[in-house]
Amino acid sequence: MSFSLSAEGAKRVEALVRRYPKMQAALIPVLHLVQREKGFISPEAEEWVAATLGIPALQVREVLSFYTLLHREPVGRYVIQVCRNISCYIAGSEDILNHLEKKLGVRAGETTADGKYTLITVECLGNCDHAPCLMVNDDDYGPVSRDAVDGILMGLT
Amino acid sequence: MTDAKATLIPPGENSFRLGAYLGRGGYEAARTTILTKKPQDVLEEVKKANLRGRGGAGFPAGSKWAFVPQADDRPKYLCVNADEGEPGTFKDRAIMARDPHLLLEGIILACYAVGIRTAFIYIRGEYEAIARRLEEAIEEARQKGFLGPDIFGSAFALDVLVHRGAGSYICGEETALLESLEGKRGWPRLKPPFPASVGLFRGPTVINNVETIANLPLIFRYGADWFVGRGLPRDGGTRLFGVSGAVKKPGLYELPVGTPLRKIIYDWAGGPAEGQAIKAVVPGGLSAPFLTPDEIDVPMDYESLAHIKSMLGSAGIIVIGDRTPIIDILKIVARFYAHESCGQCTPCRIGTAWISKIADRMGAGGGVPGDIDSIRHLAEGMKGRTLCPMGDAAAFPVLSIVDKFGQELAEMISR
Repeated sequence: MSFSLSAEGAKRVEALVRRYPKMQAALIPVLHLVQREKGFISPEAEEWVAATLGIPALQVREVLSFYTLLHREPVGRYVIQVCRNISCYIAGSEDILNHLEKKLGVRAGETTADGKYTLITVECLGNCDHAPCLMVNDDDYGPVSRDAVDGILMGLT
Repeated sequence: MTDAKATLIPPGENSFRLGAYLGRGGYEAARTTILTKKPQDVLEEVKKANLRGRGGAGFPAGSKWAFVPQADDRPKYLCVNADEGEPGTFKDRAIMARDPHLLLEGIILACYAVGIRTAFIYIRGEYEAIARRLEEAIEEARQKGFLGPDIFGSAFALDVLVHRGAGSYICGEETALLESLEGKRGWPRLKPPFPASVGLFRGPTVINNVETIANLPLIFRYGADWFVGRGLPRDGGTRLFGVSGAVKKPGLYELPVGTPLRKIIYDWAGGPAEGQAIKAVVPGGLSAPFLTPDEIDVPMDYESLAHIKSMLGSAGIIVIGDRTPIIDILKIVARFYAHESCGQCTPCRIGTAWISKIADRMGAGGGVPGDIDSIRHLAEGMKGRTLCPMGDAAAFPVLSIVDKFGQELAEMISR
């Protein structure tokens, strides 16, 4: 198995496992940690996580394929999540999405060729009073206009 | 409502810091309660306050706690439901970002009442920045001796852990939340057994929404009578009404339970957006049946909304203006539930997918005369036929749209 985490990451996994009365409960936190370090969760990472927590690899896959924030394929350095539920739709989220698709040259669900951006659409981000809203990695933005989107992209190096 | 001590969301940039919270009288209610009251008295006070759950179902918090068996050796747990995913809802985010210590003090009070030593805050994965803020607040509280062993010098000990989800609406359903916290996909459990008897790690478990827990310090600071007096006799306190959609001033407004919907929309949210009239209103998160403009004089409390066959739910109000075609809204509602169905129960998995397909086809101009009946048939087929409330949650808004806005849909099909 060719997978390993940094020393710091491995230490944090150990601490996470100790938090719970059952090791499997650490699964999602550990997957978050792996993804933060590696960008996505590879088949090798899945096996490593399964062995670390003493659970079948199938259970790791089951969880990975269920949750939308866990990626099984490489994603861009910046993951842009555009909300398109009702409040954002009313406030013009379709226009924001079209603008981003044109500007980045990708469709929703795709990653730019240089590996910088992944553009995805999501359901409600719980930021409806700032509609239309989006997230870039862990940061919230809203309400955004086309100009505001341009400004956000300019700030991403 | 101007007393900063008596609100769920205090003003000020630094309201989230421990120093600011202590300045508002923070942690005094928990200290006094733990040092002078018995757990049973705490439970009675919460029952007297008629604090109903703020997550959506409105179950009285005191009664929920009373279901936990006291003569039981298994570890008990509190799970704070911070998986805020109901479209149109953004109140728990605000409480946690601006008043995390209020939530922690509420957690101390709840755990003391029920005899719990470990609490988890299950927070939706997208709220990563807020999860970090909670972790910092927990660390601050621990250093002061408000959390950890021997809280306030008493024999009571409590650990609070933040657990991030990973993107799934269904994990806001309480038993799916438990499954997710245990490291599994979020498939709701069959009830009974209810979580109070067999919950997290098979121990007795209380699951309460963030806003429910955040009200506890106020109840103990000012008393149950004060709390009931702020709202309605059978539904005490205030609610954080989130208003979004086609209004002039979208935002979060803390108002007494029972405030009329019209007043919230017009007096607080500034009325409908410029040049628009109201077409429809979602009163309590997307799962709540849609209201027409002539229904918005309803007082915003559980019973009044149930009376007109809708629900208060999460109190997330979405205003839809007359420029928005109702088919667009139907498409979004249908797509949302199809996307979020966990797939466990056939009526929900298949029903949501088909409703979404039909709505999309109608939206693309390919509607046929039987479509509305098909949608109604599929939605009726989900109602009451699934393990968890999601089947109902998906059916209700769809049925209200075809019932109340059927004419607009029919005209669209015939064009």
